Amino acid sequence: MTPILELKGIHKSFGGASVLSDVNLTVNEGDFVSIIGYSGTGKSTLINVIAGLLRPDTGDAMMDGAPITGPGPERGIVFQNYSLLPWLTVTENIRLAVDQLYPQMTPAERTAHVRKHVEMVKLGHAGDKYPKELSGGMRQRVSVARTLAANPRILLLDEPLSALDALTRATLQDEIAEIWQSNKTTVIWITNDPDEALLVADRVVPLIPGTRGATLGTEIPVALPRPRDRRELLKQEEFKSLKLQLINSLLNARKSSAPVMTKKLSPPDILPEDLGMKRDHGLGGRKSPRRRSQLNREEIPIS
Amino acid sequence: MKRFKLDTIVLPLIAMLLCLGAWSLIAGKSTTTTSVDDWGDKVTKTERHGISADLPSPTETWQASKPYIVEPLAKRGELDQGILRFTWLSLKLVAQGYFLALVIGTPIGFLLGLSKRFTKAFDPIIQILRPVSPLAWLPLGMVLFSGMKIIGSDGRVSFGTSDAAALFTIAICAMWPTVLNTAVGVRAVPQDYLNVAKVLKLSRTKTLFKILIPSALPYMFTGFRLSLGIAWLVIVAVEMLIGKPGVGGFLWQQYNANSFAHIILSILTIGVIGFILDRAMSLIEGRFRTA
Repeated sequence: MTPILELKGIHKSFGGASVLSDVNLTVNEGDFVSIIGYSGTGKSTLINVIAGLLRPDTGDAMMDGAPITGPGPERGIVFQNYSLLPWLTVTENIRLAVDQLYPQMTPAERTAHVRKHVEMVKLGHAGDKYPKELSGGMRQRVSVARTLAANPRILLLDEPLSALDALTRATLQDEIAEIWQSNKTTVIWITNDPDEALLVADRVVPLIPGTRGATLGTEIPVALPRPRDRRELLKQEEFKSLKLQLINSLLNARKSSAPVMTKKLSPPDILPEDLGMKRDHGLGGRKSPRRRSQLNREEIPIS
Repeated sequence: MKRFKLDTIVLPLIAMLLCLGAWSLIAGKSTTTTSVDDWGDKVTKTERHGISADLPSPTETWQASKPYIVEPLAKRGELDQGILRFTWLSLKLVAQGYFLALVIGTPIGFLLGLSKRFTKAFDPIIQILRPVSPLAWLPLGMVLFSGMKIIGSDGRVSFGTSDAAALFTIAICAMWPTVLNTAVGVRAVPQDYLNVAKVLKLSRTKTLFKILIPSALPYMFTGFRLSLGIAWLVIVAVEMLIGKPGVGGFLWQQYNANSFAHIILSILTIGVIGFILDRAMSLIEGRFRTA
C-alpha cells in the first residue's frame, strides 16, 4: 500500500541558511502524526513543503506516490494565524471554500454542507458573525471548519493552538480530537507542546535542530487508548514515561548540536546620559529614521 | 449626546466668528469726502483706509454677493449666473475628470502592486509626472487633442479641444493618489490570505475580486478621497485658463474686473464645496468599511 505521504531527503534553505536538512517521513492513510520542535527551527517550513506552498531544494515530497507540485484542497492546512477573511462572516468564509470546491452541488446542498460544518465545530449560534466579533478560540474553530469542509485527504495543522491561552487550548484539543474520531482523515499536527502531542497523536516525531538544518528524529509511538481524558492521563505511568522520553530526546538533541539562529536586531534608540555632550533640542530637524542597512545581525545560539 | 452636539457645532462657530472678526479688522473702510475744486465744481472722492485697504469688509462682501447667492439659479449671462449654477457646471466637469482618473488609475495601481517588475519599470516615470502642476498639463492637453471635434445635434461643436484638454488635465493630476494608494493596498495584502487562495485553488480573477480587492479597499478609499480633493483643486485652475463658465471661470473674470468681493465669494464657495465633497466621500467610505 503506497503511503499517503512520503518525504525523502528533503533539503530547504533560505538565502544561504539551511533550514531543513535530510528530512524523511512516511505517513500512512489514517495516521495521526504530531511533529514537535522548538520555535524557529523550521516547523512551518516543513509543513509548507508538505502542503506544497514551498518547493524543497532537493529531495522528494510525494502524496500517493505522485510528487507534490503545488498547494491544493486535498492537503488542507489550518494556519497558525487563522487566516479568516475579515470582510466575510463565518458562514461566508466557509462558503468560499465550498463554492470553489463543489461547483456541481446545488446551492441548497452547499448551504447544508456549510451548515453541517459550522455546527460540527459548535458555532451554530455564531454563523453570521464577523471574525472580529469572535474570540481566538472561535476563530480557530472556523478555520478548522473551513479546512474540513474541503474534505481534505491530509489535514495539516500548523501550530493551530499556539496563539491561544492554555485553557482554550485544552478545550480545542479535545474538540479537534473528537472531530477526528468521526472523520478519520490523515492528520499531521505541528506543535511545540509535548502534552498536546501525546494527547492527540498516534505517533510523535521530534524535529531536531541542527547547525546544518533541522531533521526529524526517531519516532515515538503513542499507544495510549482513545478517547484520551487528560485528567486520567496525568495519573498514568505510561503517559509520564512517554513524556519523559519525548522531552529527553528534544533536550539531548539540543545540547549536542546547538543551532545558531540569525536574528535581525533593531535595538531601541537608548543611549546612556552624557551630560557633557551637546544636547539636541530637536529644533534642528528630526533625525532620519533607522534604515534597514543599519540593522545589526546577531548570531545567537539556541540555548 | 447634548455635549457632543454642542462641541461639534459651537466650537466651529466660535472659530468662524473669530475669523470674521479678524477679517473685519484688516478690511478697509471707504470714506467719501466732498470738496470743491478750483473751478467751483463739487468733487466727491472715495478713499479706502485700513490695514489691507482694498480688502472688502464682510458686510461689503455680502452686499456685493447678494445677487449671486439670493438668486442661485438665475442665468443672466454666460458668465453671470447664480452661484448654484456655477457650482453645478464645475461639479459636472470634476465628476467626468475624476471618473476618468479612477478608471485609469486603479488598474495601474493594481499592476504596480502585483508586479515588482512593473514597479521598477514605471516608478521613475510616475515620480517624474506626479509633481507637475495642472497649469503645465493644460497646454500639453491642448496640443494632444488639437484634432478633437465632436459635432453635437445642433451643428455646433459639443466636445472640442479645450473640453478634452480640461478632462485630460483633471484626470492626470488627480490620478496619482489613487495609483499609489492602490499599489500600497495590494502590496499590503497579508500572505496568509493569498495562501488560503492558493490552497483552495482559486482562479486569478476570483483571487482578484474575492481577496485582493476587499483587502485593499481601505487603502483604495484613502486614494479616492485624496484624488477627489486634488480634482476639485485642479478644476479651478483649468476653468481659469480655458474660460469655461463655472466657479473658476467666475473667479478669473472677477479678478480681471478687480471685484474683490466676488473673488472672496468664489473662494468661499470653492472651500465649502470641497468640504462637502470630502464629507460625502468619507460617508461612502464608511459604508464599505468591514475589513
